[in-house]
Amino acid sequence: MALTETPMQAEHARTIYEKSKPGRRAAVLPDIEVPETPLAELIPAELLRAEPPRLPEIAEPEIVRHYNKLSRRNFDLDSGFYPLGSCTMKHNPRLNERVAALPGHARLHPAQDPKRAQGALELMSLLQESLGEICGLPHVSLQPSAGSHGELAGLLLTRAFHADRGEERTKVLAPDTSHGTNPASVTMAGYEVVKVATNERGGVEMDDLRAKIDADPDQVACLMLTNPNTLGLFDENIAEIAELIHAAGGTLYYDGANLNAVMGHSRPGDMGFDIVHVNLHKSFSQPHGGGGPGAGPIAVSERIEPFLPRPQVVRRENNGHGPSFDLDHERPKSIGRLRGFQGNFGVFVRSYAYILSLGGDGLAEASETAVLNANYLKACLAEGLAGERLPVAFERHCMHEFVLSGKPMKRELGLATLDLAKRLLDFGFHPPTVYFPLLVEEALMIEPTETETKESLDGFAAAIEQILAEAESDPERAKQAPYTTPVRRLDEVKATRRPVVRQEIS
Amino acid sequence: MTRYTSATDADRAEMLAAIGVDSVDDLFEQIPEPLRLGRPLALPDGMSEAEVYERLAALAARNEDAESQVCFVGAGMYDHYVPAIVDAITQRSEFLTPYTPYQPEISQGGLQVMFEFQTAMSELTGLPVSNAGLYEGPSSVASAGYLAMAATKRKRFVVSRGLHPHSRETLETYAVGYGAEVVEVDLCDGETDAAALTAAVDGETAAVFLQSPNFLGAVEQVEALGAAAKEHGALLIVATDPMTLGVLKPPGECGADIALGEGQPLGNRLDFGGPSFGFFCATEEQIRRMPGRIAGETDDVDGRRGFVLALQTREQHIRREKATHNICTAQALNALGAMVHLAWLGREGFRELGELLVRRTAYARERLAAVEGVQLLHTAPVAREFAVRLDVPVERVLERCAERGIAAGYPLGREYPEYEDGLLVAITERRTKVQIDEMADALGAAIVAERGALFPDGGEENATAQEVR
Repeated sequence: MALTETPMQAEHARTIYEKSKPGRRAAVLPDIEVPETPLAELIPAELLRAEPPRLPEIAEPEIVRHYNKLSRRNFDLDSGFYPLGSCTMKHNPRLNERVAALPGHARLHPAQDPKRAQGALELMSLLQESLGEICGLPHVSLQPSAGSHGELAGLLLTRAFHADRGEERTKVLAPDTSHGTNPASVTMAGYEVVKVATNERGGVEMDDLRAKIDADPDQVACLMLTNPNTLGLFDENIAEIAELIHAAGGTLYYDGANLNAVMGHSRPGDMGFDIVHVNLHKSFSQPHGGGGPGAGPIAVSERIEPFLPRPQVVRRENNGHGPSFDLDHERPKSIGRLRGFQGNFGVFVRSYAYILSLGGDGLAEASETAVLNANYLKACLAEGLAGERLPVAFERHCMHEFVLSGKPMKRELGLATLDLAKRLLDFGFHPPTVYFPLLVEEALMIEPTETETKESLDGFAAAIEQILAEAESDPERAKQAPYTTPVRRLDEVKATRRPVVRQEIS
Repeated sequence: MTRYTSATDADRAEMLAAIGVDSVDDLFEQIPEPLRLGRPLALPDGMSEAEVYERLAALAARNEDAESQVCFVGAGMYDHYVPAIVDAITQRSEFLTPYTPYQPEISQGGLQVMFEFQTAMSELTGLPVSNAGLYEGPSSVASAGYLAMAATKRKRFVVSRGLHPHSRETLETYAVGYGAEVVEVDLCDGETDAAALTAAVDGETAAVFLQSPNFLGAVEQVEALGAAAKEHGALLIVATDPMTLGVLKPPGECGADIALGEGQPLGNRLDFGGPSFGFFCATEEQIRRMPGRIAGETDDVDGRRGFVLALQTREQHIRREKATHNICTAQALNALGAMVHLAWLGREGFRELGELLVRRTAYARERLAAVEGVQLLHTAPVAREFAVRLDVPVERVLERCAERGIAAGYPLGREYPEYEDGLLVAITERRTKVQIDEMADALGAAIVAERGALFPDGGEENATAQEVR
């Protein structure tokens, strides 16, 4: 591989602070218009700042160039295939951006009198009803800001539910394949995590589950589960699992990160779950924004409803005058607020626009195609070199994603999953999720989503094949990859040992 | 077929053949039959793009927003002007559509933005370390509580009643989970009661929470109030409004261990409450306990400067139940909006904007205080928001002002029963002198009309609004 530096690589990264020059500026502010009293006469001098913060001094054209140049140093979903498992990188419709930007949404103050925000509250109520129908659980709070926030909410709901019955329980069960946010949320909510093993079909190991429950049934607060799980497999024993947990008096929590597999086909509520969070930035097309924003509404069963966060959007019927909408703060058993105001409303607008666009049948079709795409890509990767070097972790049909193991590749070619991922960057693909779930050695977790074409999937499979073929004769090539990206492999250890987390400004 | 998928009938046939099944239904057979829905979802049929637009535009038209009303409502979120380049840059696909930068080689743009944002927030707050943003303000306060417990091994929080009511309530919600006790300290003449605060802090206190400017708009004596925290080894956590930090002494210079808050005023629209972002800055000592993503500078194998997610061993995807926080998706795009806004304002513009807010707020405060029936709720110094008392019911006055196209403020009685007669008024650079004058007149007229409605004969002058209701 020729190690010629690309033009972008040759361009040394400079922050906006390093482009600053005293005297330059972009903003022109409105006139003050009122008496220009010295500041120290309005606020005591000891509460005032001596020097303004050293923000960059730079004119607008150069701000635009700076951030446009930076944007080109990102790979994004609009530029190419992004099969990051468990992240559901589906197309982000631009219609949704347009409707979210309407002034009636974008410039609506969150403390507006509900009488004067009827459109917004109706939209929230409609989204609640839609998510309730999709999840098979009637009561929805839109408040949580992301999936992990929904998890925390679910655990606090569980605590309140038990406290209401005079119980205090200490343990939350979660499979060893669970998302990292699950155990982290458990700790934040003041519970202890109990890990449950996975069986040979990729589901919950029932004997282990029974043993963990029987060890101390009165202490089991909750079981957190993703179904299909992070292996992309539907747990066939879910009805029995629900029975066991409910018999012990615990709640069953559904991590909705993988809801994209089952929309319109199967509902968490019908599976026996009490609490579900939905990632609007996954299944419902909110753009991921390079790490947010998202939203993590929760849907719950009847017995959990009294404890939902406040305020809650409510719909009131007015004797033939049409419905009206309000915020209900009077919820005596509520766990309280999880954040300010009503939640990430701009995300609700986008996701509701998405639900309206697709409709009930469109959502079911989206899940169907997501499952079709995943199984097709899995079939492609079961052929040729990939079939030998990257076997699928569990040999059965998958749902919307699947997990391969790079163990034979590492053993026989000396190539780690990380090397394969880095080499994929040179081929213009975002790599799959790597080294997760922890249960699978050298794991690659692949979720193509429904919005990819057959041609994209074929192209990705061909790239994997080419990388493996190349590695047969020249494994070093992948081990040194990538070559063509704005920077090459970075020293992450240095960044953690001696963290430099801000620009020095002279 | 929906418009966002591409599989043709021919594609499907080929794909199914490659998988070795006859139909997609076969793939769903892993779901036990009784758990399959077996009916269409009870949702409307899909719509064309034009129809969806009309439907949502019709809903939006039923809201009275800050474009159709003159907005003096603040209470944590403010109607600032967001410059056009913020929209242009945040709507670029390259920033809008990637995931969290787990592959740094192809995420240098986003990572460098985080690094620049951290630098800006560190400058604003006067603390050396910033993360790349949290969900929003109040939940950031609750996250700071979690950090304080880990740092001090104590479980008691002393909280000023001047802290945003949503922050106090969120802290209480979280505290039930992680098992902490919350003790509230009252306000006295608009400011935190210093004697009561000092009395409440002891060797069991994990953290003291203040807000400055506080919810009533008062600029607090943070340094003096924080002394009790220092004395007992508790962390001093200060919530602040970033838009005031061009003129107000930064929390880091007042002894704060953590400075945080709602980031919306910087480059984010109102959006009926979100998405925005929370900022979170701290001393070096707390860096390994921080929640959220942190970008750090490093080199690539050829020695080029680059950026990565630093200190990932704090995070849930690495440490699971031992992580310092559960956060995954946060608010990267909103933090980018803030960074672009701050760069656009620049060093001088940011200070000038702060001064403009202070001066127009002083003018508005004086103007309103001169209105018959209006009194200042407190006389503490203010930066961009202030509180008054009305001698007629606040909600009815607000209703009358709204009829004239003015959202005159936030009724304090919603969260402070002791200020049932209180109105909180916020100023941004969009609120002109003319608008302030019109608002004062509208408020005066509303009070007169309300008095007339309460006492149609002009008598009963000794009766208070409370008694009449």
